[in-house]
Amino acid sequence: MDWRIRRLGQSVFTVWAVMTLTFVLTRFMPGNPIDYFLVEVGPDLDDPAQAYEMAELYMNINPEDPLYIEYYDYMTAFMQGDLGRSMSMNMPVEEVLAIAIPWTLFVMSWAVFLGFTAGIAIGAVMAYWEGGKFDTALTGYATIITSIPFYVLALVLLTIFAYRLNWFPTGGRQPEGVEPGFNFLYLTGIVHHAMLPVFSMFVTSGMAALTMRGNSIRVLGSDYLRVARLRGLSDPTIAIHYVARNAILPMYTGLMIAIGSMFGGAVVLEEIFVYRGMGWYLIEAVRARDYPLMMGAFTVITIAVVIALLIADLTYGKIDPRAGGENREAF
Amino acid sequence: MKRSEDTNQFDGRTSDGLDSGGDLETKPDSVEDILRSDGGTVDSPFERTATVEETRRDRIDRKLKDYLWTPWSIMRNDWRAIVGVSILVVYLLIGTVGVYLIDPTHPTHGESLVGPFEDWSHPLGTDQSGQDILSMTVYSTVPILQMMGAGALFTIVLGTGFGLVSGYKGGMVDTVLSSITDVFINIPGLPLVIVLSVLLEPEHPALVGVLLAAAAWAGLARAIRSQVLTLRGEAFVEASRAMDVPTISLLRKEILPHLMPYIVVNLVNAARRIIFAAVALYFLGILPYSDANWGVMLESAYRAGAVYRPDAIHWLLVPMIAISGISIGLVLLGQSLDRVFNPRARARHERSDDGKGSEPESEPNTTNVTQM
Repeated sequence: MDWRIRRLGQSVFTVWAVMTLTFVLTRFMPGNPIDYFLVEVGPDLDDPAQAYEMAELYMNINPEDPLYIEYYDYMTAFMQGDLGRSMSMNMPVEEVLAIAIPWTLFVMSWAVFLGFTAGIAIGAVMAYWEGGKFDTALTGYATIITSIPFYVLALVLLTIFAYRLNWFPTGGRQPEGVEPGFNFLYLTGIVHHAMLPVFSMFVTSGMAALTMRGNSIRVLGSDYLRVARLRGLSDPTIAIHYVARNAILPMYTGLMIAIGSMFGGAVVLEEIFVYRGMGWYLIEAVRARDYPLMMGAFTVITIAVVIALLIADLTYGKIDPRAGGENREAF
Repeated sequence: MKRSEDTNQFDGRTSDGLDSGGDLETKPDSVEDILRSDGGTVDSPFERTATVEETRRDRIDRKLKDYLWTPWSIMRNDWRAIVGVSILVVYLLIGTVGVYLIDPTHPTHGESLVGPFEDWSHPLGTDQSGQDILSMTVYSTVPILQMMGAGALFTIVLGTGFGLVSGYKGGMVDTVLSSITDVFINIPGLPLVIVLSVLLEPEHPALVGVLLAAAAWAGLARAIRSQVLTLRGEAFVEASRAMDVPTISLLRKEILPHLMPYIVVNLVNAARRIIFAAVALYFLGILPYSDANWGVMLESAYRAGAVYRPDAIHWLLVPMIAISGISIGLVLLGQSLDRVFNPRARARHERSDDGKGSEPESEPNTTNVTQM
């Protein structure tokens, strides 16, 4: 079977597994939301039986139905894009999230993109002057900076640049008092608000530089590079077609992992910078015990990561022809 | 038991060889010399037993040498290892001895928001409710270390288990285990842990560590699996399988030792990630807590507005430095372990250490001499 179809099937399976997981968590975990409805909310209502209706309204699960019907209802509602109703916002979950997603994607994709571009450039230069002052200094810097959690750095940046120097806004995602739309003020305002979150992710991404440095040094010592020099190829050709290509390709996997962890990191960053993206809503939902929004945010974040990884995997075959299927005997 | 069995077999074979006789060889004592054209009694390397029995003491000595002395004598020359291990030892001492030296604190222990180095009864100052920050930081070390230990260990056990079995077995087992691994790789770690901790509300630090490991093991499992895939075709694995060694002991005795270096390096890295995630969760105020820890301190400082109040900034800085410190220690240790297990570094070490002894075959020359 074509590996692309298998990979696609794997992604679909993952999404199904995550949805089932949220169903199981919602229904069976100790302290689960359905019990919360029945035990906590129910007695406060005039008619305690109303709690069942509320559970169905908010979570798409009617606790009175048999289990398989509950599961079926939950999944079909999900397929139709109905994630339930947020209790704290009093809005359908999917509407809340639809507003939030672009902001998270905006900030995080810039952070990952800038982090990797700068990492590749710096790593290449470090490898070129391996052992020199620039290399030693930057290796030390990258080691220390990767040791500092990004949220600690975010707090430091927030303190210095937003509260002390007033260069950047202390929170929020868009300028106040400006008409949203494609006008200059609004767009620069958005960029201005996104700068600190992007920067605090970017500064801690020294890992990319270190990986690039290691890869380049390995490639620089290889035999085919010596042959390329003997053939009299020009330095730019060697640098771009031989060294850069072979050093960057293995980092593609790192990029995929970065996509996954950036959504995790977004949760903390958005909370610190009061940036109303997916992560911020997730935490708000947790604080307010708004289970439908919490589960919805979790599911959507996961699906975003699954799609990102799928795209990365499918394109990787195009970029690196060596990647392919595998056939093995079973023991 | 095994030895005696082998000897019996040996004797039996000798007599057998003589009976079927008519041979040129007549001396029954010198069995080693028997050489027959039909190959019947050729001394097989598989049946030879050691002439000197290895005592338990020998074995312990060898293990110590392999796992402690050799790594240590390489690490001794590496400043990263020295610094990293010292930092971690300091944290361990704070967590074990420090709690006996410094009194626990409580609200209204001192005045509110005493600055650091102002009042020597509170060397690092106090927070808004007058709790001593030094004491809080010291007492936080214990739960953090417990979390780190439990989480890192659980990550390693789960990741190695899944990776080993699915990589070695292949087929259906691999498909099932890899699918589970892939699902967990795809789920973003922090959100998963947030959802789980909201529902489970873990309070004991070790339990928090285990929960955090749920989000961290999958990457390791995939890496271990791909390493096992390269090992499973090796001759020594095939030999063991041909000898009908049970899968469990094959994995444990033949394959696992080859992965040990990789696992140890990952143990250190996992420990760091667990701390990052744990502090993040406490900072977000999601995990329930009874005792203060660095994350809780960060959270309460942030909530009290320490980011814009100059008189409260130390309240935020102290836990930040504590987290970054232990993390730098772990990063340095991880980097130097990476080098220790790197065969090149090892070979270089053995050459310089024994001098006369067995020279490593590969690794030509020059650069090492200059570096030693």
